[in-house]
Amino acid sequence: MLREFTPKVITANALLEGDVVYLTDAGTWTRHLSEAEILTDEADAELRLLDAQAQASTVVGVYLADMTPTEHGPEPTHFREGFRRTGPSNYNHGKQAERA
Amino acid sequence: MYRYNAFDTAFIAERNAQFRAQVERRIDGSLTEDEFKPLRLMNGLYLQLHAYMLRVAIPYGTLNSAQMRQLAMIAERWDKGYGHFTTRQNIQFNWPKLRDVPDILDALAEVEMHAIQTSGNTIRNVTADHFAGAAADEVADPRPVAELIRQWSTDHPEFQFLPRKFKVAVTGSPNDRAVTAAHDIGLRIVERDGKIGYQVLVGGGLGRTPMIGKLLADFLPEADLLPYIEAAVAVWNLLGRRDNKYKSRIKITVHEHGIDDIRARVEEAFARIKPTFSGVDQTMLAAIRTQFAPPNLRDGSTHHYDAAYVGNAMFRAFADTNLTVHKHPDHAIVTISLKAHGAPPGDATADQMRLMADLAERYGYDELRISHEQNVILPHVHKSDLPALYTALREAGLGTANIGLISDIIACPGMDYCALATARSIPIAQEIALRFDELKLEHEIGEMKIKISGCINACGHHHVGHIGILGLDRAGVESYQITLGGDHREDARVGDRTGPGFAADELLPAIERIVYAYLDQRSGPEETFLATYQRLGMAPFKAALYDEAASYAAE
Repeated sequence: MLREFTPKVITANALLEGDVVYLTDAGTWTRHLSEAEILTDEADAELRLLDAQAQASTVVGVYLADMTPTEHGPEPTHFREGFRRTGPSNYNHGKQAERA
Repeated sequence: MYRYNAFDTAFIAERNAQFRAQVERRIDGSLTEDEFKPLRLMNGLYLQLHAYMLRVAIPYGTLNSAQMRQLAMIAERWDKGYGHFTTRQNIQFNWPKLRDVPDILDALAEVEMHAIQTSGNTIRNVTADHFAGAAADEVADPRPVAELIRQWSTDHPEFQFLPRKFKVAVTGSPNDRAVTAAHDIGLRIVERDGKIGYQVLVGGGLGRTPMIGKLLADFLPEADLLPYIEAAVAVWNLLGRRDNKYKSRIKITVHEHGIDDIRARVEEAFARIKPTFSGVDQTMLAAIRTQFAPPNLRDGSTHHYDAAYVGNAMFRAFADTNLTVHKHPDHAIVTISLKAHGAPPGDATADQMRLMADLAERYGYDELRISHEQNVILPHVHKSDLPALYTALREAGLGTANIGLISDIIACPGMDYCALATARSIPIAQEIALRFDELKLEHEIGEMKIKISGCINACGHHHVGHIGILGLDRAGVESYQITLGGDHREDARVGDRTGPGFAADELLPAIERIVYAYLDQRSGPEETFLATYQRLGMAPFKAALYDEAASYAAE
């Protein structure tokens, strides 16, 4: 039986800085998960992933990550993506510092 | 300590220039990530969860003050002001930018350091007893032979495409502080009938299939060591499995073929290889050895120390916990704890690194060591300097008196940084340390090694912790498995699993229940946790962990 497609965002790391980045609906990369495009159609997600993977001079390690759509934007369904969004929990050294 | 010769300097400069060009070609699009990845890994550059990570080798954990200061400079200029000392006696920088890495490598080369072979399927940084050259129980300093192995293994043409990584550790003391039994090859320097030789263990390792190293050779004459190791690696290079990366380490090869079969193959290879060694290795070893001549330790009164020990309770606590007996009676080995209660284990700020460098220069004959337990050591300090040293350390947050106690926890970076991790390690260590500090129990508990890994790869050595903690992802939730009774020393032992794991918020109470069960059951304060576990086995601890009535009683 086919598994139902669950909502996802496209994520990667920036080539130069290594920062966690997400693909927006404009096809650009953002550091903020709240600005990421949420993909709900499997065929569309596959095509967008191929386009994103082609941007090899900008990003590294492109993949689809599961998210739950909310009114504040996508929310990670797994704690690993939660840490990637925020930064390490032991220091205010990741993205949480840049936002403060 | 070893100083680079013209060859070393030229070799590192050439490698750094190559890597600089490779980085440029990656950035301008000439190299794909698939092409670039093995090149960056050869130079210690990983891509982790939030950023790149540069792993720098500290060969056999030995540094001088200039090197420590340069690490501080790198942390400040190109990172976020700190570095993380690891269980492999390396330092990791967690936030370098790709464009800056060639400059960082050049800065390392200025102080004779590099990041070569800190990753990939190569012979990795050789580790050694962190008290090498100072310990009272030492047969011989393990660092000259560790340096010989470093030189031999660096860019060794036969060993650039090994089935998997390969780790060598050396101890020169019968009290093994280098965890040699958990390495692909563990070397123990021994003395018999007035002659120095090597006991060789093979096939130890932690990770998903923990194994204690088996005896390959009981007493190898010094001149045979390098050809013998070359024979062992060569046998595994051909025999080791390349079909399954989980079965590729030499521990699996030894397990599948049996130690006797492996020994026979190594002996055969050794007979072939030995004649090709002209003796130049022994000439080189002799030259290296002169560079590890002990410092000219000064004699003098220890009156200052004796007076402070009697008159200052905080200094006494530090002295009782953080000092180790030195081979010179007027000196001590000082372990500086990078485990202040609540701090991430193994992290040091740039300011702390600079202070430790200054103190090493002023009081420690310019020598520092990094331990696999993620602390920093000043191996030679005259006792009369200890009170002033302690005051300086305490003012910088480096005076924590907890070496060997429950808050002196080994923890891998875990999911806060590592792309391989399945759960966090650092916050668990922080919580445990803070809790037992709050309970003011750690000195009463006494010797206790808690070791935490955030995934099955066991960088945090959890298998050999008295209490081992392994973080896993169970259906999208962090879950922690506990093992008890592991031991990292000469009679190394893998710990026993207690049973089902614990959620992150259940773990600290579970650790408390284990500790209270120990305090209840020990025969007296002199019986350590490990000894109590060895005497009683798992039953009382299992009851405290899982039996509701017993756990209430324990709390």
